Amino acid sequence: MPLLSLITFAPLVGVATILGLRLTARADDAKNINATKWIALVTTLATLALSVLLVARYNPNDWGFQFVEETPWFAGIAYRMGVDGISVLFVLLTAFLMPLCIAASWKTIETRIHEYMIAFLLLETLVIGVFCALDLVVFYVFFEFGLVPMFLIIGIWGGQRRIYAAFKFFLYTLLGSVLMLAAILFMIGTAHTSSIPELMNYHFSPAVQTWLWLAFFASFAVKMPMWPVHTWLPDAHVEAPTAGSVILAGILLKMGGYGLLRFSLPMFPDASHLFTPLIFAMSVIAVIYTSLVAFRQTDVKKLIAYSSVAHMGLVTMAIFSGNAQGVQGAIYQMLSHGVISGALFLCVGVIYDRMHTREIDFYGGLVNRMPWYAAVFMLFSMGNVGLPGTSGFVGEILSVVGAYKASTWTAILATTGVILSAVYMLTLYRRVVMGTITNPKLEAITDLENREIAIFTPLIVATLYLGVQPNAVFNLTAASVDHLVRVYQATTGG
Amino acid sequence: MDPKLLVTIILFGPLIGAAVAGLFGRRLGDTVSMAVTTGFLMLSAVLSWVVFSQWTWGGLQPFLVTYAPFITVGNFVSNWSFRLDGLSAVMLVVVTTVSSLVHLYSWGYMAEDGSKPRFFSYLSLFTFAMLALISASDFMQLFFGWEGVGLASYLLIGFWFHKPTANAAAIKAFVVNRVGDFGFALGIMTVFWAYGTIQFAPLFPQIGASVPRGWDFAGGHFALVDLACSLLFVGAMGKSAQFFLHTWLPDAMEGPTPVSALIHAATMVTAGVYMVCLLSPMFEYAPVAKHIVVVIGAVTALFAATVALTQNDIKRVIAYSTCSQLGYMFMAAGVGAYQASMFHLFTHAFFKALLFLGAGSVIHGMAHEQDMRRYGGLAKYLPVTFAVMTIGTIAITGLGIPGLELGFAGFYSKDSIIRAAYSAGAAGDPLGYFAFVMAVFVAGLTAFYSWRLAFFTFNGHARWTSEDLEHHWHNRDHVHDDTHGDHAHADTHAEPDHAGHGRGHEHKPHESPWTMRLPLILLSIGAVFAGFAFTEKFIGVDHIAFWKGAIFAAANNHVLVEHEAPWWIAQSPLIVSVVGLLVAAYMYILREGMGARLAAQGGPLYEFFYNKWFFDELYQATFVRGAQWLGDLFWKGGDQRIIDGLGPDGISALSVQVGKGVGRIQSGYVYHYAFVMLLGVAGLLTYALWAWNA
Repeated sequence: MPLLSLITFAPLVGVATILGLRLTARADDAKNINATKWIALVTTLATLALSVLLVARYNPNDWGFQFVEETPWFAGIAYRMGVDGISVLFVLLTAFLMPLCIAASWKTIETRIHEYMIAFLLLETLVIGVFCALDLVVFYVFFEFGLVPMFLIIGIWGGQRRIYAAFKFFLYTLLGSVLMLAAILFMIGTAHTSSIPELMNYHFSPAVQTWLWLAFFASFAVKMPMWPVHTWLPDAHVEAPTAGSVILAGILLKMGGYGLLRFSLPMFPDASHLFTPLIFAMSVIAVIYTSLVAFRQTDVKKLIAYSSVAHMGLVTMAIFSGNAQGVQGAIYQMLSHGVISGALFLCVGVIYDRMHTREIDFYGGLVNRMPWYAAVFMLFSMGNVGLPGTSGFVGEILSVVGAYKASTWTAILATTGVILSAVYMLTLYRRVVMGTITNPKLEAITDLENREIAIFTPLIVATLYLGVQPNAVFNLTAASVDHLVRVYQATTGG
Repeated sequence: MDPKLLVTIILFGPLIGAAVAGLFGRRLGDTVSMAVTTGFLMLSAVLSWVVFSQWTWGGLQPFLVTYAPFITVGNFVSNWSFRLDGLSAVMLVVVTTVSSLVHLYSWGYMAEDGSKPRFFSYLSLFTFAMLALISASDFMQLFFGWEGVGLASYLLIGFWFHKPTANAAAIKAFVVNRVGDFGFALGIMTVFWAYGTIQFAPLFPQIGASVPRGWDFAGGHFALVDLACSLLFVGAMGKSAQFFLHTWLPDAMEGPTPVSALIHAATMVTAGVYMVCLLSPMFEYAPVAKHIVVVIGAVTALFAATVALTQNDIKRVIAYSTCSQLGYMFMAAGVGAYQASMFHLFTHAFFKALLFLGAGSVIHGMAHEQDMRRYGGLAKYLPVTFAVMTIGTIAITGLGIPGLELGFAGFYSKDSIIRAAYSAGAAGDPLGYFAFVMAVFVAGLTAFYSWRLAFFTFNGHARWTSEDLEHHWHNRDHVHDDTHGDHAHADTHAEPDHAGHGRGHEHKPHESPWTMRLPLILLSIGAVFAGFAFTEKFIGVDHIAFWKGAIFAAANNHVLVEHEAPWWIAQSPLIVSVVGLLVAAYMYILREGMGARLAAQGGPLYEFFYNKWFFDELYQATFVRGAQWLGDLFWKGGDQRIIDGLGPDGISALSVQVGKGVGRIQSGYVYHYAFVMLLGVAGLLTYALWAWNA
């Protein structure tokens, strides 16, 4: 059974069904719209079930690609799919977040619901495709097409300045894509293969690696996003609907980190080694600079978006530490950030849905009316500051431990992030949740409803479970990461 | 019962209580929530004493229970476990005893509060985290407990979330502790990469052989063990509120008083001391780090005592007193007398919790007034509180009978620290004499501020009657409110008034209910006997058998052995304590009002002490303002002007001129984008075809 293709294209079944519904009935037919939502939810849940099956059947002792599918296409390009211990996690993360996003959009999206659900399901197919692709061309297609639904989600269902945000998003990504495309062309031409496993064993000369590395880096750095190409992210988040932010922070950013792990480190090890100081510099700047910027924000979503940039700074730093602790830390940090930042954007969504503003000063004293919300928000705030017992801690500590080996200065500067994150996160929490209600508009605000509790529950469980039992993940990733690190260290003499 | 099962029940009982009260508290109601949490804590306390007596008198040996793996990445290995040894056995009884009594006390103290389940849930959560901290067998679980108690502390300081000062204090506590944890984390990393493990058992035997090793860190080259210990000690400084990282502790008094007693006096703040003692196998090989510990401890002891002399808020005096006593514990650890350090930690837990809960009883009886200038003559209204506070004061000031060697708890433990410091000096460590002189001097200050507190509160004239308030307050208020206009929270701290307890009413002080009196009485038993009963075990002839290897002493460390000293050296702590007592009695009983007059006169030294050596102002001006300024600079200058200005906005400005209509731009870009991408795919395919077929 081609399980990976099944998972990747399962959402398209939902797309087809919704398209059918859309064409057979009037767009504002309530029954029809309700059916659309249910189809989307069931489709994503089925995809999740398949992904769980995938993880269950994955053999963690084998570091190589598993569930490999290969169908020759033309001219040597093949439809190649497969997962290793790293990508299988991201497939699961994507499948895990998608049903939550559908549920989070249940009541808040009021226009063009068919199209909205189609966009999300398409996005799921494309993102899972990115993580499963084992062919450069297939990867590129998924990678680039994946941006289109996201672009539409921001541009159509976004906020006031959605055009500006979508434009910025487009401009940055375009820059990266063009360069990566050129590099891909060159690689295929030189190595005469587009198979990713084969390219991992192909040795490009150091000079060539340098250029290829830079071209790929341009694309991945924008995706992460790394300082100084991060300014599209706060705007994109602010304008995106809640579920869009969840996917953006939870999954799309991870495509950058995944790319660095899948391409930069194994295919261009010499260049990676060469550019490590640059990465370290950009990463620690990201941690300190964006944390301080986050501290001064007046918009809840912008603050959390900047916090994402800071957290991704740890990821890039840890990837290039080139040791097992660092790489595992980076992967874990991405996974954890996917859950926690997704949850934080949902927390913002809860109050935005009620009050239609993200202005921090508008709020204050919510705990008086929303005690459960206050508790949930507190938990994820603590996850975001990396409190031990939450998943955030494991990723952070391993990331800095890994970096310490490569450069103590980098580790020292990056570790200041634990202080700064506490500063901006607790300040935010205090201004929004604590105190007494001074804004009369908040007097009637209601606590979490059952639907919202149902959305938060899996995220709470994931945050805490991953916080105390991280080995559940490390057992899955260990073989692949060890292999990656071993090869990298052997090449670079690290 | 199997001691492994016992410690497991002790550890997880409070967690279950916290979960029940926290999740179902509102459904179960106040009484059930309080009963469940208090019940589990009482169980833990009883079982802890069972384990402790088996340890002390029953020949129980150290053991390790491993529950589950935590993190395993290469040799970065950590497990969820319970490590029982001499140190954790002592901490078990300290933590669960004080915590269970504080739970009980809170039935009375928090009776009028609207969110009791939340309060009790936090208290129990704290206890769980603290137990996880003391029972860790590796640095990761230690860090888990370490930050877990920090979370509980943050939640409890900010428990009265409608008070802006409480929220600010909660954040300050968390952030300052994070500064400490920053050093702690770097210390853990250093240990990991230098020794290849973060577990204590395989780590400690490696230390001795690693003494000659150097280590590169932040561009410098250091002695490995000294570097690791110094970094780890930064964590201890944060948690135990030592000099430079102490500023959060006085502000933490914003929390309810039972919290101050449990977390900010008896248990959490001693975690730093505990860590240094636990790591004695490392510190013993780190002479420089030990000297840092001594100096920081001594400076903190002095600093906090000088501030305590001048404060008027009853809780702040005790908070600075705690800070100062923690300094003593570090002095002891720094000269190598870890046993004396732990002994003082043990006795201090009883008498300091007693003093705090006694203060809480006074505050409760005085309608939540905390300013001692509005107390006076309370002995006859609160006889039990008066009695136990007097016991606590005798215990902390270390009064005893010379020659007989008989006294209350602090007499034994504080004297043991002072003696050990002298021994270290006699053995050739100049900082030993330094610690000795500081410890003796501060003992005098301790006696003065402790008795000042007692006399100011319980003796003299009542200053809380309404006509007296008019008379007494009119002039005094201005002196300080002018100097601290922007620090409203720095001076008086009334806990929230409850219905019918408004300050305007004529209010008669009243004694507290039995739920509050009983813990006070039990703690005062500890304050009287804890020293006498355990001195032989902790620091005397039995200490080797008692600690069973938990504390390591280097071959040349003999600080616990008595040195020949002139009589005045041996009796000096007692002498200064008596002098402090007499001065306080003179100023606050015989010449009542003299303290207030001196305070009103001010003087630079008084201002310096009263304003806590201006640390808050300094940090506000540098770190807080600095972070705000940099944040704005990076945001508005960096992101908006430079990055966006040169990048997307610059191009955007161009294209808006070209495009005009907004709608068209939006849809236009989607198409452009799709077009460029398709073009890319097409180009790629073309190129691929060409490349292979060429």
